Amino acid sequence: MMTTKAKYKTKPLDCWPKAKELVIEHYKEIATAKEDGKILVSGCAASCLALPAGLGDFVYLGGEPYGAMVAHDPSFSVPAMEAAEAKGFSRDMCGYMRNYLGSMFLDKYYFTGGPWPKADFCFGRSFCDAGHASWYRAVHEYEGIPYFCYDEPQGFSWDGRLEQKKEYVAAQLFDGIEWMEKVTGRTYDDEKLIDALKNFFRTEALWGEICLLNAAVPAPLDLKTMLALMPISMLRRNEKCAVDFMLELRDEVNDRIAEGIAAVATERCRLATNAPPPWSFLKMFRHLETFGVCFVGTLVYTINSGEVKFLEDGTVVPAVPPEERGWPAMKTREDAINTLVRWLFEHPFGFAVDWDGYLVSVAKHWNVDGMALFLNRGCPLMNTGLQDSKRALQKAGVPVTIYEGNFADCRDVDETLVLDRVEAFLEGLGISKLPES
Amino acid sequence: MDPIESFQKVVADRHQYAKDWKQRTGGKVIGGLCTYVPEEIIYAAGMLPVRILGSHETHDMTDAYISSIYCPFCRDALAQGLLGRYDYLDGLVHARSCVHIRNTFVNWKNHVPIDFTYLLFMPAHVQSRHSKPFLTEEFADFRDALAQLAGKSVSQDDLDNAIEVYNTNRRLMNQIYEMRKADTPPITGAEAMEMVIASQLMDKAEHNKLLEQLIAELPNRSVERETGSRLMLVGSEMDDINFVRLVEELDATFVVDEHCSGTRYFWTEIVPEDNRMAAIAARYIDRPACPPKDWPERRRLSFVLKLAQEYNVEGVILFQQKFCDPHEFDIPPLQQIFADNNIPTLFLEFDVTVPWGQFRTRIEAFLEMLMFEMV
Ligand code: SF4
Ligand code: SF4
Repeated sequence: MMTTKAKYKTKPLDCWPKAKELVIEHYKEIATAKEDGKILVSGCAASCLALPAGLGDFVYLGGEPYGAMVAHDPSFSVPAMEAAEAKGFSRDMCGYMRNYLGSMFLDKYYFTGGPWPKADFCFGRSFCDAGHASWYRAVHEYEGIPYFCYDEPQGFSWDGRLEQKKEYVAAQLFDGIEWMEKVTGRTYDDEKLIDALKNFFRTEALWGEICLLNAAVPAPLDLKTMLALMPISMLRRNEKCAVDFMLELRDEVNDRIAEGIAAVATERCRLATNAPPPWSFLKMFRHLETFGVCFVGTLVYTINSGEVKFLEDGTVVPAVPPEERGWPAMKTREDAINTLVRWLFEHPFGFAVDWDGYLVSVAKHWNVDGMALFLNRGCPLMNTGLQDSKRALQKAGVPVTIYEGNFADCRDVDETLVLDRVEAFLEGLGISKLPES
Repeated sequence: MDPIESFQKVVADRHQYAKDWKQRTGGKVIGGLCTYVPEEIIYAAGMLPVRILGSHETHDMTDAYISSIYCPFCRDALAQGLLGRYDYLDGLVHARSCVHIRNTFVNWKNHVPIDFTYLLFMPAHVQSRHSKPFLTEEFADFRDALAQLAGKSVSQDDLDNAIEVYNTNRRLMNQIYEMRKADTPPITGAEAMEMVIASQLMDKAEHNKLLEQLIAELPNRSVERETGSRLMLVGSEMDDINFVRLVEELDATFVVDEHCSGTRYFWTEIVPEDNRMAAIAARYIDRPACPPKDWPERRRLSFVLKLAQEYNVEGVILFQQKFCDPHEFDIPPLQQIFADNNIPTLFLEFDVTVPWGQFRTRIEAFLEMLMFEMV
C-alpha cells in the first residue's frame, strides 16, 4: 500500500448540469403532474416503472428514492419520522417508508415545500415482506386512492421451479394492466409499454456498465456522485431522456478513464459497500477523502437500478438489453410482459440472488482494498446474510468491516461510531490521514 | 394419562417425542418454520412434520449469523438448530412468510448439517385469483420432492388420509375452542395453547385421540379457579406458555387468540376437491391471513374482531416479537378497531425472554382497569 499522497487530475462531470436538470425536473413534475394532465403513480421504485406507460403521460413517485432524499435533510426527515411514529409506525420499521409516510401525514412535499402530491393510484411490487406491499396499502388507506400490487419471488435460496413462478408474476401483471385501465378510464397502449420497456432495459444495462467502469484506477466516479445520479438511473429509467443521459455519461466516464481523471484526487485506498449509505451522513465520504479513500461503488445500486452479468468464473461484466441477447422481439403486450418477467427473473436482483458471490465479484472487479459493509438497521431485507457475506469476502482475501446505522433515520446513526469503525479499519489497512495540502 | 398432561409432556419433551416417533415408525421427521408449510403433504408422505420453535433461553451464538435487527423468534429458532437440538431432523421446510424467518431458513441450510431443505414460494398476494393455481403447482412439486425423499410415491389415498386426519384435528380443536365461549371456560388459555402447540409437534392421529378424550371430559371438568377477566391474545409468533400461565394467575383467562400457535394455525379445514393439491392450496390461500399476506384489502382485522365478539372478550393483549415489521403494520389498526368497539387493549413487545416483572405491573394495571370498567 502506498503511503505517500497520490495526486490525480480531477474535475466535476461535464454532464452534471444535465443530470441536475433531469433530477430537478422529475421531482417538479411530480408536484405539477395534475396541472400538466399527467397521471401520478406511486409505488416501490424497484418496481418496473415502464408498466404505467401504456396509459400515456405519467410520472412515478418512487417511495425509496423519495425516502432517501428526505433522509439527507434531517430538518425535514425528523419531523416526518415523528409524524409517522405518531400514527403508530415504529422506529424499527423501514426508514424510507417512514420518511415517505411522514411527509404524507404532514401534507408536505420535500422538493417544493408545497402540499404532498396525492397520487392517482399506487402500483407496487411485493418482495421484501417488511415494507412494499404494506407500505402502499397504508397510502391507499390514508389517501383513499386505488392500489394494486404484484407479488414476486424475489430473493435468495429458491429451490428452482422457475417457469411456474414466472407465469404467476406475468399473470398478475396482465391483471395489473387491466386494473390500471379500469381505475383511470384510459385505454392502455401496448406500443407505449414496449417503448418504455426498451428504455427501461437499456438504461439498466447502461447504468450497470457505468458502475463497472469504475474498475479503473483512479476511479472516474465516486459513490457520492453515483448516489446523486441515482434518481435518473432509478426513477427515469423508463424514459428516453435517461437512455440519452446514460449514453452521454458512459462516454464521458470512458474519456475520464482515458485521461486519468479521478473522482477523488487523493485516491490511494479504494473501498466499496453493499448497501445505500446513511443518507444523513454523506459527509463521511468527504471526511474519508482526507485519508485518500475513494468509495468506488455499492453493490445494491449496481444491480437494483442497473443490470450486470455475474459469470460462473466469478467475474462480472456489463449486461446487454434483450434485443442484443437474441430474445424474441416485443410486438404485443404478451411479448412485452413475458420479456419483462424474463428480465426480472434473470436479473441479479431477481430470483436467485447470491449476495456473497456478487460482493466478492464486485470487490475484485473494482480493485478494492477493502469492503465496508453497512448493517443498515432501516431495512431488514438488505441485511439478510450479511455475516455470511463478510465470511465470503474474507475467504476471498478481501479485508472487510461492518459498520452500523440507519440509511434513513439520522437519529439512529452514531456518526462518531461510524467513523471510528471505518477509521480503525483503515488503520488496519495501513491508511492514515493525509497531511494537509 | 390426562390429555392435557399428555400435551404438556409432548411440549416439554418435544425432541424426545420426535425421536421416539422416528424409532417407532421408521419414518422421517421434517421441521417447518412457518404455519404456511402444508403439513398434510408431509404427513401424506409418511413423515412427521414438526414446527420448529425457540427455547426462550438467552444465547448469543446467532449473532454470527443473523443481525440483531431481526426478530427474537427467528434468532431463537436458529439457535436451536445451531445447538444441535434438532439433529434428528431429516429435512427442513419453509414457506415464504417474512424476511426475518427466511434468514433462519437460509442460515440453517448453510450452517446446520441437514440433507433435505425446501423453500416453498407461498404467495403473499393470496387475494389474487392466480395464487391458488400457482400454489397448486408449487404443492405438487413439493409432494414429488417428498416422494423422492421418502423413496415411495405419495398416492391419492395417502393424501386423502392426511387430509382427513388434519381436518379432524382442526375440527376437534375448533370444538374445544367453542367450549371456551362459556362463562366459565373449562380449559385455560395456557392449556389451550399447549394443546395447539402439541398439535404442531405430534402425529396428528395421536393428537386426535387425545382431543376426542378431552372433548368427552371437558363438560364434566371441575374448574377450580375464577375466570376473571376474559382476555384475547393477538399477535405474531407466540409459544410462550409460561407467560400465558402467569397472566392467568392474575385473575384472568385467555378465552381465545389470534396468533401462530392458535387460531391462525388451525382455524380452517380443507374443502375436498378432485385435485387434492388444489384443495390443500385453497386452504392455505383462504386461511386467516398473516399480516404480510393481507393486501390489497385488509381482511385480518374483521376476523380478529369477530372472534373477540363471539368469545365475549373484555380485553385484548396485543403483542409482537420485537422488530417484527409485518405485525407492526397491524398494531395501530388493531388498536383502533378494538377501541371503536369498546374493547381495551394492552400492547406488549416480546423478546426471547419475557421481562415478567415489568409486564406484570402493566398487566395488573390493565386488569384493574378492566374490572373498573365492568363495575
Ligand atoms: S425494508 Fe428495505 S427492501 Fe423493504 S421496502 Fe424498505 S427499503 Fe425496501
Ligand atoms: S414473529 Fe414476525 S418477524 Fe418474526 S418470523 Fe414471525 S412474522 Fe416474521
